[in-house]
Amino acid sequence: MDVLLAHSPVLIIAIPLLGAFLTPLISRVSDKGRDVLVIATLVFVEFLVIILAVDIYLGGLHIYALGASSPLLARPEHHMAPVRIVLEVDAMSILMGFISATVSLAAAIYSVSFMRRDTGKDKFYTLLLLLTAGMMGLEFTGDMFNLFIFLEILSLSGAALASFRTGFVDALEGGFKYMFISAVASLMILFAVGIFYGQYNLLNIAALAQAIQYTTLDKIALALLIMAFIMKLAGVPLHMWAPDTYSVAPAGTTPMIYVASQACMYALFRVCFTLYGVTLNTLTIGWIVIGIGLLSMFVGVTMAVYQSDIKRLMAYHAVSQSGYMLLGVGVGLAVLSDSQALSTYGRQAMGGGIFHIINNAMYKGLLFLTAEALFYALGTRDLNKMGGIGGNMRYTCVFFMIGALAISGIPPFNGFASKLLIYESVYQFNPMLSVVAMMVSIMTLASFVKVFQSAFTGPISPHVRAVKEVPKPMLGGMGILAAIIVFFSLFPGLIMDQIVEPAVEALINQGTYMNGIMGGMS
Amino acid sequence: MTQCISNIPFLAVAALIGTGLSIIVFNRNLIKLVMGITVLEAGVNLFLVGLGYRQDGGVPIYTNACHTNMVLPVPQALTLTSIVIGVAITAFMLSMIMVIYRHTGHIDAKRSRTLKG
Amino acid sequence: MMASPSGCWGPVPWIIATVVSVVMACLIRTRGQKGHKRGVQGEAFLMGNKMLPEHRSHVRAHNIYWGFFQGLKRYYAQATTMHTGIVNDYIIWFLTFLSITLIVVFALELL
Repeated sequence: MDVLLAHSPVLIIAIPLLGAFLTPLISRVSDKGRDVLVIATLVFVEFLVIILAVDIYLGGLHIYALGASSPLLARPEHHMAPVRIVLEVDAMSILMGFISATVSLAAAIYSVSFMRRDTGKDKFYTLLLLLTAGMMGLEFTGDMFNLFIFLEILSLSGAALASFRTGFVDALEGGFKYMFISAVASLMILFAVGIFYGQYNLLNIAALAQAIQYTTLDKIALALLIMAFIMKLAGVPLHMWAPDTYSVAPAGTTPMIYVASQACMYALFRVCFTLYGVTLNTLTIGWIVIGIGLLSMFVGVTMAVYQSDIKRLMAYHAVSQSGYMLLGVGVGLAVLSDSQALSTYGRQAMGGGIFHIINNAMYKGLLFLTAEALFYALGTRDLNKMGGIGGNMRYTCVFFMIGALAISGIPPFNGFASKLLIYESVYQFNPMLSVVAMMVSIMTLASFVKVFQSAFTGPISPHVRAVKEVPKPMLGGMGILAAIIVFFSLFPGLIMDQIVEPAVEALINQGTYMNGIMGGMS
Repeated sequence: MTQCISNIPFLAVAALIGTGLSIIVFNRNLIKLVMGITVLEAGVNLFLVGLGYRQDGGVPIYTNACHTNMVLPVPQALTLTSIVIGVAITAFMLSMIMVIYRHTGHIDAKRSRTLKG
Repeated sequence: MMASPSGCWGPVPWIIATVVSVVMACLIRTRGQKGHKRGVQGEAFLMGNKMLPEHRSHVRAHNIYWGFFQGLKRYYAQATTMHTGIVNDYIIWFLTFLSITLIVVFALELL
């Protein structure tokens, strides 16, 4: 058990990778065996994430140096700087890791029956596990260059999953757009990494954070990194790939691609808070993040209300919800160098934003899955052709309602808890921001009323006859996420104190992250 | 003079990145877009290699080293990794374009936009 | 319970309130007329017009917020034309915002 715990940071990345390459082999023997292997892999990853999380909350951050005689030996002897590939997992990383593991597990269970009619499933599951490995790596890495590599793994497998159904030309187009913007964004990130290396001869995030001077070149690197990550996380106006890609990706993979973009948001926060920290002009950068957040919230939701394609509607909501997180954490970033404002409302705003990340991954994942369940049962994504299926698809209807109420911030669901924190703390920073946030929340509710009214209520539409409930594994996948939502709703205080607070602390306290690797050095 | 010469790789980097971006922005042909990505990537790779170069530096092999002045090995490792990733991405995008062409009969970014609004 | 800047918040009172209101709604519903039969007391009507057949009376998705969309027609025309769907334009947006960020980051240092 101790050995497992000590090696868990690398196992969490290595096991999905191993599973990914075993999948096609097992697939030749038996299809059932492959499904079992994929789900067992993800369950094991989830288990490792949970034991690692417990240890991190109790005993502080974990580091893992690859290739060293002991995993804790980040710096070789007689070396001033860490030269090995280092994984560094703190409370913020493990929170994102938990999200990725859970959503991947739910998505894999869901896909088992969703993909029943498709061929080439061995490749599908390989890509699914690769995407999981990519996300985990991006979240756990302590090294700028590995961040780029895992970002590429994530983009490549995400784009391949989005365009998995090559029989549909729109799926290919969505996948191509995702791959294209990812390629440009990751090259910009690589360029920024090159700038850092040229100045400091370092790649390790902790060592860079200690050395960084905020020179002219660092400013260029900062702008490149911020915009590249905002492009990857779909902040308006760089969001346009998101509705195109999310609306065509097959079932279970939509929440995964969404969570992958959340992982890019984590990378953005890691760069702003841990790499640059107080050396940057926090107010300016904070306002850039807040501005993108406000635009995302407003444009995302107004476009969502307008859509009549159910998955496109959900995709625009994903854009709009990312805005809340950028707003909350952006306010924290803006007041980072002002310790009084930080303790009065900055921490709360960041807590709200981070709580929203974990809440949102769960209910947005659930909503994407219900949208796909409707597509599976009805064969159409067009809301105009739906109607009156609530009676035939009872469980899907209940899951949809849980997700919709949570995302619209209706108490007592968890969406309300995180939104309340954001409203109250952002109000003290600038009242107009919380007015916009509340208005967006109302429009979110309006658009989900639209979906509920047109899909589930009313007389059965002549376009859809003989609708049956979706198969059990699909309900199981949705059920996992719904159960987590209900749990978070019932115990918001517990989640806030035990999971979110340490994550906020990890982002604010740059020193803890640096000491993890550079400990004992002046 | 040496200052001038040591800046030439970076001028080439700027030229490559500028060319790559202008191809990406102004060309509507999907295959040419992929070419743009490749040129951009070449620029970034050259940047990485250029960073590691030291004037009159030798090969960074420590066994029986005859130079004390060596070029940095790390950027070369990074470039190698990045080239491998680049090949994967180029191949993947080209294969996607191939299937798009089979479906629609054209490879024009302007005409391949069923998803919009 | 969860601490928030102006006090604290917990879901329990809300759950109790929801349960109480559902129970009350059920109680009121049970007091309705048991012997009601469809059609005996006349057909349902809307402003004196004859009701449409059932499958046509359902308001379809795109008509639900018709007035709202009509009011914001110009915004929506603008927003949908901006989302061209051409992949080059996405990169143009990226480069535009990259340069804006660079200008902001450098300009504010000079002030």
